[in-house]
Amino acid sequence: MLLRTMPPQRIWLLAGYAAAAAALFCAPLVLSDFRLNLLAKFLAYAIVALGLDLIWGYTGILSLGHGVFFGLGGYAMAMYLKLNAGGGRLPDFMDWSGLTALPWFWKPFGSLTFAVLAGILLPMLLALVLGYFTFRNRIRGVYFTILTQALVIITVTLFIGQQAYTGGTNGVTGYGKLFGYSLASPDTKRFLYWVTVVLLFGAFSLCRYLVKSRFGKVLRAIRDGENRVRFIGYNPAVYQKVAFSISAGLAGLAGMLFVLHVGIISPSMMGIVPSIEMVLWVAIGGRGTLGGAVLGAILLNSAKSAFSESYPDIWILFMGALFVVVVVFLPKGAAGLFSQLKRVGRRKAADEGANGVRHPAV
Amino acid sequence: MKEQTGSVILRCDEVTVDFDGFKAVQGMNFSLTRGELRFLIGPNGAGKTTMLDVICGKVKPAEGKVLFGGGVDITRKKEHQIAELGIGRKFQTPSIFPSLTVFENFEIAMKQNRGVFAAMRAKLRREERERIAAQLALVGLEEKAAWRAGGLSHGEKQWLEIGMMLLQEPEILLLDEPVAGMTDGETEKTGELLQQIRKTQSIVVVEHDMEFVRSFASKVTVMHEGKLLKEGSMEDVQRDNRVTEVYLGKRRDADASRSTA
Amino acid sequence: MLQLFNGISVSSILLLIALGLAITFGLMKVINMAHGELIMIGAYTAYVVQNLFAAYLPDAAFGWYFALAIPASFAVAFAFGLVLEMGLIRFLYGRPLDSLLATWGVGLVLQQIARSLFGAPNVGVTSPEWLNGGITAFGGAVFPYKRLFIIGLVLVCLFVMYLYIYRSHSGRRMRAVMQNREMAACLGISTRSVDAVTFAIGSGIAGIAGCALTLIGPIGPSIGTYYIVDAFMVVVLGGVGKLVGTVFGALGIGLSNTLFEYWTTASLGKVLVFLCIVAFLQWKPMGLVAMRSRSLDN
Repeated sequence: MLLRTMPPQRIWLLAGYAAAAAALFCAPLVLSDFRLNLLAKFLAYAIVALGLDLIWGYTGILSLGHGVFFGLGGYAMAMYLKLNAGGGRLPDFMDWSGLTALPWFWKPFGSLTFAVLAGILLPMLLALVLGYFTFRNRIRGVYFTILTQALVIITVTLFIGQQAYTGGTNGVTGYGKLFGYSLASPDTKRFLYWVTVVLLFGAFSLCRYLVKSRFGKVLRAIRDGENRVRFIGYNPAVYQKVAFSISAGLAGLAGMLFVLHVGIISPSMMGIVPSIEMVLWVAIGGRGTLGGAVLGAILLNSAKSAFSESYPDIWILFMGALFVVVVVFLPKGAAGLFSQLKRVGRRKAADEGANGVRHPAV
Repeated sequence: MKEQTGSVILRCDEVTVDFDGFKAVQGMNFSLTRGELRFLIGPNGAGKTTMLDVICGKVKPAEGKVLFGGGVDITRKKEHQIAELGIGRKFQTPSIFPSLTVFENFEIAMKQNRGVFAAMRAKLRREERERIAAQLALVGLEEKAAWRAGGLSHGEKQWLEIGMMLLQEPEILLLDEPVAGMTDGETEKTGELLQQIRKTQSIVVVEHDMEFVRSFASKVTVMHEGKLLKEGSMEDVQRDNRVTEVYLGKRRDADASRSTA
Repeated sequence: MLQLFNGISVSSILLLIALGLAITFGLMKVINMAHGELIMIGAYTAYVVQNLFAAYLPDAAFGWYFALAIPASFAVAFAFGLVLEMGLIRFLYGRPLDSLLATWGVGLVLQQIARSLFGAPNVGVTSPEWLNGGITAFGGAVFPYKRLFIIGLVLVCLFVMYLYIYRSHSGRRMRAVMQNREMAACLGISTRSVDAVTFAIGSGIAGIAGCALTLIGPIGPSIGTYYIVDAFMVVVLGGVGKLVGTVFGALGIGLSNTLFEYWTTASLGKVLVFLCIVAFLQWKPMGLVAMRSRSLDN
């Protein structure tokens, strides 16, 4: 009944989502434990890509600072794991640095609820504060991008510098258990994989809802002409702040999942290069399409792990070249290429003359 | 909303605008009553557009005050606050959102709660849909409701923007050369539309097309070099020596615009 | 006192790097993330010149290799810049964010090439004899000749740039394009060649900066990334379009970096500098020097 009222593209789209969901849920049946773990990591990355797409693809604000938000989430989870692995003892790196008591800000991370909340809310708060001081003054475009990059640099230096509290360059690692279950056991890994799949779908649905809502339309309007939005009566700064903050929260969530899958978080995972790589995932998949962002993250990381295991040097060259090619020739990424091909095909096949987009509401 | 016509809705007192030493507007006084259709004319560089910029908050005056409605000082308010209070602006070059569809342009322009969380929850109600449909019909874009606005012609963008501003339901409409680039028929239609709007709202129009001004103006304000030169009916203004003097050097321009009208 | 001197020394290098960035951004609205790699190219050019001198010329001449290294670094980086502009940047005008990503990719490739040519570990460049030592000032503080030389070099570059931008024929055309591209094009200025030459000059200056960096410490393939973000902050702070803004931006960032790091720790110092920049932008969002425009969106 419902299906009959929908235009055919939407039915196909829904079918596609359902197929993707089924495939992801069944993946543990086919993949080896090692591959499954990799896929789980990529799915966590896909959550970051969704958030980045929201802020970059839809709102037009490029953040090169998502590594920081990802890292904050990761550290929150790692701190919880570390405290519970030690059985009440001080984390090893604090011992080495001569600390005798647990620093006050570590204490609440003994609780999983607090750690999970902090892993999402801290990045959101940081984004909100940075957004408040920048968007309010109409600092945007490249200026904002450069500030986010500076944010990455100072956070990384800070985390490396404050070794006693953060574990320095080595980061926080050396924990193996969650609720008494070993993180390395295949069963736990499978469970965590499913958790990640569910959260990815949750994040996807959230982003899809936001993008389709009037909020999403205002975001796109801001991308088109921020000042014009003002004269209609919207305050773009608030919209930008909220979008940036949601995006940061998703990155934090992904960081937590990442730590569960990989078992380590260190400053090098939130640095400039990882942050800009995240942008590449979205660029490759197609900014402004959520499915594209997810696919981009999974595809690029699959390619990376396939290549860089054997030819790390060539991988870097490849990645550099990819940036150039995508930006110059495929500004809309793979999703754009796909719809371009589709349009060419449709024009050949059908008599539909209008080149506009069909609006579901009319 | 339904206050008696004739009461002042907007007053600018001694407004001065300073662009890094260049005084674009100097001590300008201006007041608008409810239900008025006012034309703002003057040679190029007279400060007309800057005056609109001051009223809608795009430019902050160095001196002077702008009072809205019952005396709310909007001089230091942000653009979006001023827009929310009820001042709508149409820019000289059509500024619409090219990647949204025509329908979506209307949807976000429509008078509504503009908060973030309201926008996240907003559902298109039936009466809202009908209003948008009516507006689409009014500006002649029903057929193109699903088009991306970026694909419209220049004239259609003008209409889209006018439609967006009407859906905003401002108490004052500021229009900067609304008929530029329109055909005679469209110009005529715009004029009639303005007459229609002034029944419920007040309008300030900056216009160079003298024929258009003559056909629809009741009261005209002439600016020259950032100052008020003359205010009155079109006949008064045309009879004024200083106005002719100011326009003399521009005679050819005026002729040209007359012949295109 | 010594801190102040070090601060000025850091500022001067930042200025050299930021100069090219500010000009290219102001002129073509393009962000060149590969700028750091042009520094790297300049540094390795100095390294190669040094090796050539050591291999083929008598020892007595070695001390003077640096005199050749500076123009050589400029020339090589200039050539790279020209190729980069004509091969890539040209297609990205007015798309700052896209150009940022694409040039970052270029930077990545250049770094990798340097790594395979010269090896991943840092290499040292032996400073010429005559730059060792320093002036001992009152209070026993030593001002090394190297740092003094760098400051002098930057002053000379700045002066030459000033003459070029504000006094020469091609500089005038460059400013014309910067202020109104369409109008300049209508007046018969070939905006393409102006863009290409300006970009190349900015790159060449980055090359000189790289050459100067060899005096301070060993160099490696990723030497540029250490400086590039700071240099961008200079541009953000100084605003776009005027030389003065860049000079003050560089002084501000260089000095505050050194002083904060001296007063606190290296990592906290960076945080404080960042906070200061954000605070400063609350006061002047467009940087120290900004060009105003009447258009609705730009």
